[in-house]
Amino acid sequence: MNHPAPDRFTENERALTQQTWAELRQIAARYPEARSGLLPMLHLVQSEEGRVTPEGIEACAEILGISPAEVSGVATFYTMYKRKPVGDYHVGVCTNTLCAVMGGDLIFERLKEHLDVGNDETTADGTITLEHVECNAACDYAPVMMVNWEFMDNQTPDSAVQVVDDLRAGKDVHSTRGPRLCTWREAERVLAGFPDDLADEGPSAGPASLVGLGIARERGWTAPGGKAGGRTADEPAAAATGADGSHEADRQDSEGAVQRSDADLKHEDDAQGTEEAQ
Amino acid sequence: MKTDTLTPVLTDNWDAERSWTLASYEGRGGYGAMRTALGPDFGGPDAIVQAVKDSGLRGRGGAGFPTGMKWGFIPQDNPKPKYLVVNADESEPGTCKDIPLMMASPHTLLEGVIISSFAIRANHAFIYVRGEVLHVIRRLQRAVQEAYLAGHLGKDIHGSGYDLDVVVHAGAGAYICGEETALLEGLEGRRGQPRLRPPFPAVAGLYASPTVINNVESIASVPSIIGNGAEWFASMGTEKSKGFGIFSLSGHVVRPGQYEAPLGITLRQLIDLAGGIREGHELKFWTPGGSSTPLLTTEHLDVPLDFEGVGAAGSMLGTRALQIFDETTCVVRAVLRWTEFYKHESCGKCTPCREGTWWLVQTLARLEKGEGQESDLDMLLDQCENIMGRSFCALADGATSPISSSIKYFRDEYLAHLTHGGCPFDPTASTAFAQTGASA
Amino acid sequence: MTTTPAKIDTVTLTIDGVEVSVPKDTLVIRAAEQVGVQIPRFCDHPLLAPVGACRQCLVDIPDAGNGKPIPKPQASCTITVAEGMVVSTQATSPVADKAQQGIMEFLLVNHPLDCPVCDKGGECPLQNQAMSNGRGETRFDGVKRTFPKPINISPQVLLDRERCIVCQRCTRFADEIAGDPFIALVERGAQQQIGIADGAPFLSYFSGNTIQICPVGALTSAEYRFRSRPFDLVSTPSVAEHDSCGAAIRVDHRRGKVMRRLAGNDPEVNEEWISDKDRFAFQYSRQDDRLTHPMVREDGELRPASWPEAFAVAARGLHAAGSAAVLTGGRVTAEDAYAYAKFARVSLGTHDIDFRARPHTAEEADFLASRVALSMDVTYDDLERASVVVLAGLEPEDEAATIFLRLRKASKGSTKVVALAPFTTRGLGKMKGRLVPTAPGEEAEALRALAEDATTALDSGGVILVGERLAQHHGALTAAVELARTTGARLAWVPRRAGDRGAVEAGCLPTLLPGGRPVGDASARVDAATAWGIDHLPDAPGRDGNAIIAALADGSLGGVVVGGVDPDDTADPAATRAALEAASFVVSLEQRETDVTRLADVVLPIAPVTDKAGTFVTWEGRPRPFDAVFSNPGSLPDLRVLAGIADELAALGQGSSLGFRTVPEVRAEMEAMGPWDGVRPEPVLGKEPRKPRAKAGALVLAGWKQLLDQGSMQDGDPHLAATRRPAVALVSPTTLAGLDGAVDVVLTGDRGSVTVPVEAAADMVDGVVWLPTHSVGRGVLADLASPGSTVTVKGAGK
Repeated sequence: MNHPAPDRFTENERALTQQTWAELRQIAARYPEARSGLLPMLHLVQSEEGRVTPEGIEACAEILGISPAEVSGVATFYTMYKRKPVGDYHVGVCTNTLCAVMGGDLIFERLKEHLDVGNDETTADGTITLEHVECNAACDYAPVMMVNWEFMDNQTPDSAVQVVDDLRAGKDVHSTRGPRLCTWREAERVLAGFPDDLADEGPSAGPASLVGLGIARERGWTAPGGKAGGRTADEPAAAATGADGSHEADRQDSEGAVQRSDADLKHEDDAQGTEEAQ
Repeated sequence: MKTDTLTPVLTDNWDAERSWTLASYEGRGGYGAMRTALGPDFGGPDAIVQAVKDSGLRGRGGAGFPTGMKWGFIPQDNPKPKYLVVNADESEPGTCKDIPLMMASPHTLLEGVIISSFAIRANHAFIYVRGEVLHVIRRLQRAVQEAYLAGHLGKDIHGSGYDLDVVVHAGAGAYICGEETALLEGLEGRRGQPRLRPPFPAVAGLYASPTVINNVESIASVPSIIGNGAEWFASMGTEKSKGFGIFSLSGHVVRPGQYEAPLGITLRQLIDLAGGIREGHELKFWTPGGSSTPLLTTEHLDVPLDFEGVGAAGSMLGTRALQIFDETTCVVRAVLRWTEFYKHESCGKCTPCREGTWWLVQTLARLEKGEGQESDLDMLLDQCENIMGRSFCALADGATSPISSSIKYFRDEYLAHLTHGGCPFDPTASTAFAQTGASA
Repeated sequence: MTTTPAKIDTVTLTIDGVEVSVPKDTLVIRAAEQVGVQIPRFCDHPLLAPVGACRQCLVDIPDAGNGKPIPKPQASCTITVAEGMVVSTQATSPVADKAQQGIMEFLLVNHPLDCPVCDKGGECPLQNQAMSNGRGETRFDGVKRTFPKPINISPQVLLDRERCIVCQRCTRFADEIAGDPFIALVERGAQQQIGIADGAPFLSYFSGNTIQICPVGALTSAEYRFRSRPFDLVSTPSVAEHDSCGAAIRVDHRRGKVMRRLAGNDPEVNEEWISDKDRFAFQYSRQDDRLTHPMVREDGELRPASWPEAFAVAARGLHAAGSAAVLTGGRVTAEDAYAYAKFARVSLGTHDIDFRARPHTAEEADFLASRVALSMDVTYDDLERASVVVLAGLEPEDEAATIFLRLRKASKGSTKVVALAPFTTRGLGKMKGRLVPTAPGEEAEALRALAEDATTALDSGGVILVGERLAQHHGALTAAVELARTTGARLAWVPRRAGDRGAVEAGCLPTLLPGGRPVGDASARVDAATAWGIDHLPDAPGRDGNAIIAALADGSLGGVVVGGVDPDDTADPAATRAALEAASFVVSLEQRETDVTRLADVVLPIAPVTDKAGTFVTWEGRPRPFDAVFSNPGSLPDLRVLAGIADELAALGQGSSLGFRTVPEVRAEMEAMGPWDGVRPEPVLGKEPRKPRAKAGALVLAGWKQLLDQGSMQDGDPHLAATRRPAVALVSPTTLAGLDGAVDVVLTGDRGSVTVPVEAAADMVDGVVWLPTHSVGRGVLADLASPGSTVTVKGAGK
């Protein structure tokens, strides 16, 4: 009898703990239909096992009442689920077109050489798994690198090398737009829906995200009816009180806005009508 | 209607201190629209749907389908529970507006979720966010937690009699899950492969129940529509593309970033605001709405960036993901890399996408290396014709866009690879650090 | 049974210029077939939900029925017809044609050029449609993706992943039809393939169907791989011989040897599916122990004999024995069964005949005579339409696989399945069935209770299916009949063997003559005697199987003619063996050497089903005639052998000739005799037999034969054997907890002990232990315990 190709899951020594079983069930219970929990459940398996293991697959199958084959189908479809153990830090270099053109290709080559690993491989000391990733929705910060799915914006080959060296040396490394980096397993646990306490770390937004807003502030541009420069915490808006009567104030405001825009509308017919424009 | 060139609404609080917190958001008037919408005098769910219809809001996730009309498709006489699903799977190359929005102000989205769920009479809402953005997920989890504590979520919200539960659901890495039926599959714990339509999600979506799926930006726009009125929203934008949108500029401009403006602004205006193309270079090609939209060139600098304008120019507005490339960029390299992306992300369900992208990559790779011949270009176009419109979903269509449009505008560059025996461009010249001299 | 067809709404549309009217909700691809247009397709299958994945069936729709064209080509397997729709297929639309050619070219991009070594070559939809709808040459000269090949996804099914075009027919069948989603799509994009979970092979009783519906050679049979080419094979339609479902099969043979069997297409019975047993279990007649010539016992040893000698010796022996009985077994065709029934009366002058080679009772014989013979109250289609189907003493997935598939299909509609059983089996779970927990012995009471059960709400829209096992529990069959009477539900009996129902119709019972004629009815006896041209028939009923065994043992019966009977199947295997030893003369009609042939006085080889025409009657009462696959003049059906003995007996002055020698002659005689239209007897429920006293702490033993076990008709295919479900004893969680972590148990009953692994079934009735009856050793009846008895349980091994 031929055996299935040995390219997938390798054996894991430990069984899942009682706690993990309980947490897997907890995830499933969040949804009207339990099977919806499977994606976060597999994230939890990864946070415990360092990868998706056959035991993890069987546990998910048993809890959800589906076959292990069906769970395997899901576990092999999504790129974040890994079958080989992942290092402490998953370093993803975006090599989709924009980032690649902006330097991602060079960064990836440099890291491969520096870490002496290929794509989706882990360094011998188990600290870094390097992978090239697809567009991670930070194109205005290109070239982008992700470490355990935290943004490391505007990288160069040198800066990328510095990041991985610092990580390997055990130094604290911060996301450019987030908190101090945690381990891959810790990250996977958050993805499974068990929050850590780091939401308040990091800024609201990075510089690129604020570029347009900054220009609007400079030039006093607002949406119709808005105060130039934007509202701050010191200027509560009319509708902030939460009492039921607040909608009256809302309506007045919007009526005012409508009136203003009525006047503005007239300019469409005005061949020279550019006074309202900047 | 003359509005300001940039109209910050969704981005307006991104520079506020700890803008992601409930305190900051409410301090600026946040959740006021929610109270209005859920209050006894607004007119209830139907009035909200009507307001959104009147505003002219069109889906901001790329397709541009009128949002209010989509909500109106939900059959309210159907006994099954209704669901609202937010598509926060932002993965279209070049698109980077939803992620910073959720990072900076998740409550804007959440307030929109509450109003929208109320409008379609859903008691369960799900935010399907791609798994590769850990901090965004933290902020969303935190916002949901704060909202429950403040009584904006849960049972009998502020005495309105309305219950709503929100679940933040992390994906696990699949571009195809941005397609709404594939997203539903992922949300149901399955492989993210698109479903047959009909039945449409409005009738049989999540758990075969009536479901509305909307993009983050679409839902995030709802509070401002309720707060300021449909006419206010409609006073921005163009005749058929109303309202504002976040335009994401990336690539070879001096100041890449997010620019929130009424629909209809032009690339020329945006590049101007962004400080122009980087010093010493000039615009060569760009995408209006991500890699799945056909490329445009300097010919199109004055095309109004709304649905109709870009459509008339032979492309699609999509997600306003303006990737700007100057003359140091090899088009063939760019297109090959995008095609590799589509091949990697193809779910595999249908033949033309699964096999087509496999083949397209091999053909393009050969051309990029300078091997092959000119007739390969015609073969590529024929492959694209056999893929476009023949596949199960639009991913494959998107895969053909860069190829067919680049051959249309840059056929000579392909041929140059053949005569040159490889790529005639220097890949370091296009990097962000080329001019600063950061070493490779 | 005739029914007026229900009125259906039709839709009229135009396909390639031809107007056609089809029922509403018809798919365009089906409608096209109506006008003779074959749109190429792979993922489409009429019995599976459409997916639209392969895109091969693209057509142009210039008018969607609303006056507007659909701009892009559409997958015709996912579009339902609309009034006034205009469709242009590849036959009339260059756009559709180019689109289809494009898809075909894409399919061949990664498909390996395996045709010379691929089983599917010659009957391959990809080959055929590439020829009819593809280009002659491909423009692809790149690198194909490859996988190591083949891999076993089960011991029986091999997968060549490179050939797979991901049509998902196999995964859809496994999930939608069989309810065994053990194969799934794994990976993504061009790497997408069919896969199983680690250590969880595709063990489904219906896995073989995926081989048949796979449109390429990705799924192949381990047993058949590389054995032949389809153009070498001759296909003969036939009927599966392994159960009473009568599934249509196709027997493919070459030079006198069956190479493989496929499902036949019979929408009324098995649609297009068969169980793995029906598909793969056909090697039994080619085993080394196959009998090829008659044998007679001389000086204590069996020696070869010619047919005439064997007939003569058999007749002499039976004549000398004075009295003789007939045990036919349940494997017989209806024609052979008729021959046995006539032989017993005409040649042996007795009603001592019984086809039931397993535990049975007089109550059952009465039930069969009064309620089963001649009945055709329930069909497969009725199962789909029923509001409720009650299963008593029947586990369809193991015992009647074709019924299982139909019930599973019905349960996806509004049909509710309710089972009286000791636990929820996998099969019951797959039908979303509800368990009425019933320990063996409680069936009668449980059936009576169902009459009032509001949850079941059994009424005239319901169906009750009783298995032959119900006979083992006194009063159960009677209660089932009563339940049917009070609720108006229809009742059907589902026996295990292909010939069982036919044997009832043919009169192989001590109380029943052919055609439902009761032995106890004088006019019926006269009618039969007249038809047979004999003076009279004995007026007292004969001995049933149990009584025959007892009489052989104590000498009141001298001789016996035995058909396909395995002593280990009978209520008391040891007693059966002793009886046969004690008998003064044993004539055995068998296919292969068995314990019976080894102690017979005359052994007469009889034909397997491939060598003779015949008829099996399904549990519905539906006749399923089949022709001989092979022409082997030396291979004689039972009826011919019996005719030969009868002739010799007649020459000795006992009885007369049977008057037939061939299957057609028997069929004609059966037809002429016709069914009895007179009164049928009401069954009389006798006294309950004394139950053996249960030992303290003993568990009641439940069990049935699993679909795949040590049954002799499954011999010869090790691949099939490797897919058997393991023999495991199932107990309640309470019982298991009391075993202190033991992984095995020693079960001890009144006939011996067996040791098997043990597991808990979550809802097993406490106090019951379930064990498959023929998966270990010589089976439960031989090795462990008498029917309906108890066993003690002891843990073993940790």
